[in-house]
Amino acid sequence: MNQTVSTNDPTTIASDGDGFVLNEEDARAIVDERGHYEQPQAACIEALKIVQRRHGWVPDGAIPAIAEALGIGVAEVEGVATFYSLIFRQPVGRHVILLCDSSSCFLTGYDTLYAEFTRHLGIRFGQTTPDGRFTLLPVCCLGACDRGPALMIGEDTYGPVAPEDVAELLEGYE
Amino acid sequence: MASNASLRYRCQLWQTARERQPETHPLTWRLREDNTRIDLDDYLAKDGYAAVRETLGQQSPQDVIETMKTANVRGRGGGGFSAGMKWSLTMQGEGIPRGYLVCNADEMEPGTFKDRLLLEQQPHLLIEGMILGAYANNSAYGYIFLRGEYVEAARSIDKALAEAREAGWLGTDIAGSGFDFDIALHTGAGRYICGEETALISSLEGGRANPRTKPPFPGQSGAWGKPTVVNNVETLCNVPGVMRHGADWYQGLSGERSDDGGTKLYGVSGQVERAGLWELPIGTPGQEILERAGGMRAGKSLKAWLPGGGSTGFLLPEHLELPLDFDTIGKQGSRLGTGLLTVVTEEQSIVSLLRNLESFFARESCGWCTPCRDGLPWTVKILESLERGEGEVGDLELLQELAGDLGPGKTFCAHAPGASMPLSSALKHFRDEFERGVSHPSRAAHEDPIPVGNV
Ligand SMILES: Cc1cc2nc3c(=O)[nH]c(=O)nc-3n(C[C@H](O)[C@H](O)[C@H](O)COP(=O)(O)O)c2cc1C
Ligand code: SF4
Ligand code: FES
Repeated sequence: MNQTVSTNDPTTIASDGDGFVLNEEDARAIVDERGHYEQPQAACIEALKIVQRRHGWVPDGAIPAIAEALGIGVAEVEGVATFYSLIFRQPVGRHVILLCDSSSCFLTGYDTLYAEFTRHLGIRFGQTTPDGRFTLLPVCCLGACDRGPALMIGEDTYGPVAPEDVAELLEGYE
Repeated sequence: MASNASLRYRCQLWQTARERQPETHPLTWRLREDNTRIDLDDYLAKDGYAAVRETLGQQSPQDVIETMKTANVRGRGGGGFSAGMKWSLTMQGEGIPRGYLVCNADEMEPGTFKDRLLLEQQPHLLIEGMILGAYANNSAYGYIFLRGEYVEAARSIDKALAEAREAGWLGTDIAGSGFDFDIALHTGAGRYICGEETALISSLEGGRANPRTKPPFPGQSGAWGKPTVVNNVETLCNVPGVMRHGADWYQGLSGERSDDGGTKLYGVSGQVERAGLWELPIGTPGQEILERAGGMRAGKSLKAWLPGGGSTGFLLPEHLELPLDFDTIGKQGSRLGTGLLTVVTEEQSIVSLLRNLESFFARESCGWCTPCRDGLPWTVKILESLERGEGEVGDLELLQELAGDLGPGKTFCAHAPGASMPLSSALKHFRDEFERGVSHPSRAAHEDPIPVGNV
């Protein structure tokens, strides 16, 4: 698996950006979120996360849909969506691997671990495997420095992970 | 899958239950040996919410602030500002709306893994601290601003909030005192800058996490223009103990070691035998913490260390004798920061580590002001060329200049000064390592300029 594919290659992952309709349950959850704050704008990040939980990423069409649900401007939603690193504005793989590249992990083997990921998956940071299974991203210190090098796959945190653990670790994620 | 389970990260304190006594380990004595969350019943059985019961309606908010001022609980988010002092500056009184109390649980400082423990295993202590803080500051509502990656902590907090609400510790008329207060969990979506308190408020309001000018301070005008108090998780977790046992007890916890009071969650990461976390009196010397970690790994020796995260300055082995408190470490051209040590071994390159750190700060800059947005990528470029042994004569002077331009007072928030500190201290202590990376004569006036950006 040497071939590398960029995440924005539309042929690898179907995009449902056009004709986006906010799922009814999600729309209700977004309106619920509004209730936690003085202003609807504050629910914007959570709204993006709600959409992302369902679709894996935030398709273009979701931006105006969220703006409408919250009664705020489209530009405001897009501004927020592009600022935060855990909001994905491109399709990602079924499992997102967040590899900590901060100092303590750097001092405990991050370099060789990253090299093993690139070798094993055939992708670099910001890319998705051709089968749409994994996306690899760097992340700020995961607060797991006592067990560095650390990483997350989806919602699971691991550490310390040695290069020889990688193959078996990934098997758990179809 | 069995092997996956064994690789799972579990945060843990390296201290036995026997060592952790209520009088000496206010932050961790309740923690369970099996590292699971302390639920409401367990918390109540261990004196939980006693401070709320004894304080709300029994003492005035002013009394709470006074006690906190005397105890001198210094901000555990890294700044070291007295929480009591901060609270005394919160606007309250006639005609001023009740505001917000925000817990900063955005923990992302490289090398820092302390708030995670409290959030995952002891959320009720934080909630109790927040209720007391809200009472003192007349806050109507609280938010726990939690970084999005702390999934386990989010589950823990959600459960604890529901339990506390159900039992009447949150909501209206808490413990029959007439005081109303509730808390919502707000989870973030990445970006280190969200931890800066004014950026955090921008983010909480649903905007891009750009910092705001001070003054007005959040205590005057914060979230939605209302008085807003932002405190770190560990800071707030100190409040119940202070209110229960008093300022003198708190001051006494550190004994002769330090003018600062209380205990601190200290830790070590890097190439030590047993990296981890301990609750110790504030002012404990680095040496003792390193010893608890079993010292350096076999065959490794210590070259340098960061006392409290990536935005603190490098210290040398000889500094291990110093008490780790805010003022002592501040006098060494560094900062206590979060109090979690990162150790660097003799064979690890300071230039490479610094390149890693500055790349972090460059990537995490919010981009609002020029010295930070442009200066950090430039710094990274120079460090990269020094790392490859392709540096030019004049690069060290240039780095020194950049360290100044990134320093305090030159930028909109403390992000760039945080990035400047490891840079200037590395230049001071390890100049020879930088010099070794210089191989080219200076290219006159940089005919071929070093590109900026694109890191
Ligand atoms: C770039 C930057 C990031 C910060 N990140 C955090 C953080 O993750 N957690 C935190 O408690 N404080 C962080 N701080 C400090 C906060 O701005 C603020 O001082 C702190 O939350 C106040 O709480 P305390 O007084 O209880 O420490 C950060 C500061 C800066 C400049
Ligand atoms: S110093 Fe950096 S992070 Fe802070 S406001 Fe300026 S650009 Fe943003
Ligand atoms: S530096 Fe990687 S988890 Fe902290």
